[in-house]
Amino acid sequence: MADEDDIILSELDDEELVQQMHDDLYDGLKEEIEEAVNILIARGWTPYDVLTKALVAGMTVVGNDFRDGILFVPEVLLAANAMKGGMAILKPLLAETGAPRMGKMVIGTVKGDIHDIGKNLVAMMMEGAGFEVVDIGINNPVENYLEALDREGADILGMSALLTTTMPYMKVVIDTMKEKGIRDNYIVLVGGAPLNEEFGKAIGADAYCRDAAVTVEMAKAMVARKHNQMGA
Amino acid sequence: MTNTLSRLLKSRDWLLADGATGTNLFNMGLSSGEPPEMWNVEHPDRIAKLYGFAVEAGSDLFLTNSFGGNAARLKLHNAQGRVRELNRIAAEIGRNVADKAGRPVAVCGSVGPTGEIFAPMGTLTHELAVEIFHEQAEGLKEGGADVLWVETISAPEEYKAAAEAARLAGMDWCGTMSFDTAGRTMMGVTSAQMSALVEKLPNPPLAFGANCGVGAADLMRTLMGFVATGTERPLIAKGNAGIPKYHDGHIHYDGTPELMGDYACLARDAGATIIGGCCGTMPVHLKAMHEALSTRPRGPRPSLEEITAKLGAFSSASDGTGDDDGAGRERRGRRRG
Repeated sequence: MADEDDIILSELDDEELVQQMHDDLYDGLKEEIEEAVNILIARGWTPYDVLTKALVAGMTVVGNDFRDGILFVPEVLLAANAMKGGMAILKPLLAETGAPRMGKMVIGTVKGDIHDIGKNLVAMMMEGAGFEVVDIGINNPVENYLEALDREGADILGMSALLTTTMPYMKVVIDTMKEKGIRDNYIVLVGGAPLNEEFGKAIGADAYCRDAAVTVEMAKAMVARKHNQMGA
Repeated sequence: MTNTLSRLLKSRDWLLADGATGTNLFNMGLSSGEPPEMWNVEHPDRIAKLYGFAVEAGSDLFLTNSFGGNAARLKLHNAQGRVRELNRIAAEIGRNVADKAGRPVAVCGSVGPTGEIFAPMGTLTHELAVEIFHEQAEGLKEGGADVLWVETISAPEEYKAAAEAARLAGMDWCGTMSFDTAGRTMMGVTSAQMSALVEKLPNPPLAFGANCGVGAADLMRTLMGFVATGTERPLIAKGNAGIPKYHDGHIHYDGTPELMGDYACLARDAGATIIGGCCGTMPVHLKAMHEALSTRPRGPRPSLEEITAKLGAFSSASDGTGDDDGAGRERRGRRRG
């Protein structure tokens, strides 16, 4: 594919390369993202800087355009896939260098609900934004959530429901967390077609997330706030 | 090819479809998480009662209890080996109810989405999707369904696969998509794009349109989008009875029977031929829709303003068609290459 006017990634300076990576993420070009991640690492960038300045910043544009109805699910999935390619390279390096983590999310559809496409989209977008995601699948009773949160040392709990009959179960999970005195250890995000902000507040979630892009934004903002509180 | 639905479409200028399946079954005691299709075998009496709700309310057709009856969905309950059986029985029960109605009522074999995402992001391929839908179609055909009724689809690839499955099964079909994301389907399809997609199929549906989505107002806007493409094909409008609201631990849809009656007439005046409800549409709503369609004279095609005045506001400013069909900004594309 060496057209004459092809851009050679390795010939771009850092700033141009990062801009190009944002474009390539937007267009879902996985191989180009992988190549560019390797170039930045070879130039001595820290894995954390590659993650935040190149990948996460690029995915933020994708997320915003999804939120604004400019991009739709297929394009977003391709972008997330490209991001994932870059992440696969960075993950071991991030662990080695002890870089700060974006955060870890346990996500699942609540008991009684077998719809999973929305949850899967959120999981992909969250991974795309650099979070670690543990997907516990569909039809989860409260015990599954609690066990996974504890086992994984998670920061965020994500619950999804597509049915009006199953969304009240989210309250059961949150109430159980309160009883056990662990509610405040986690950020609880809820989503699903029949939900709304009012419902999220009524059941005691930290936030209702209208779509996958909003979930990522909420998660970033809330994790940052939590870190600040811990630092204070 | 003659079937009850084709004959009805020839002789009538509007047909009343049915209402909600899930909402009604939950009211009869289905616990959430349980696949409704199991009730075809475990509680055939309740499924017959569900179909009977529609017939008694005056519906000209009803959908079988087989929405999630494909191998991909049933696999979540380890029942992927029962596709043929569960679909056959769903249609058989329907055949019985329809044949006793004393007037022509079409049994429409419901085919819902696989819930899988297509490759390259997901694992679903065209071949696999066709196979999944075809297996279900054969069961519905065996049980005596008049037509296949593909619904709540969001990916164009999945719609095409369902069409091919109908062709393989030798059945006429209808197919609706769910427009729930700023007037588009979750996968970004606009009403205009669906109209174009339908006409490109080697075996286009008897009728196409929209179901579920957000509220009745949004569904009307989508319907107007189909009409604006100049399609000659009968259009289907199956909207939810309003929007679900949470009150003191209970959920109810805020659409009243009166509102659904208004919606039914607006849909007819806008150009829909097959009009029904979706989530939250109970027998009382269907009766109001039947009453309204039977008694109110046809009116001029409504404007978007009249729709919002009667049914409430749209959930998004635009639906991606008309003057602002271009995305807000061009994809930037690759600078290299």
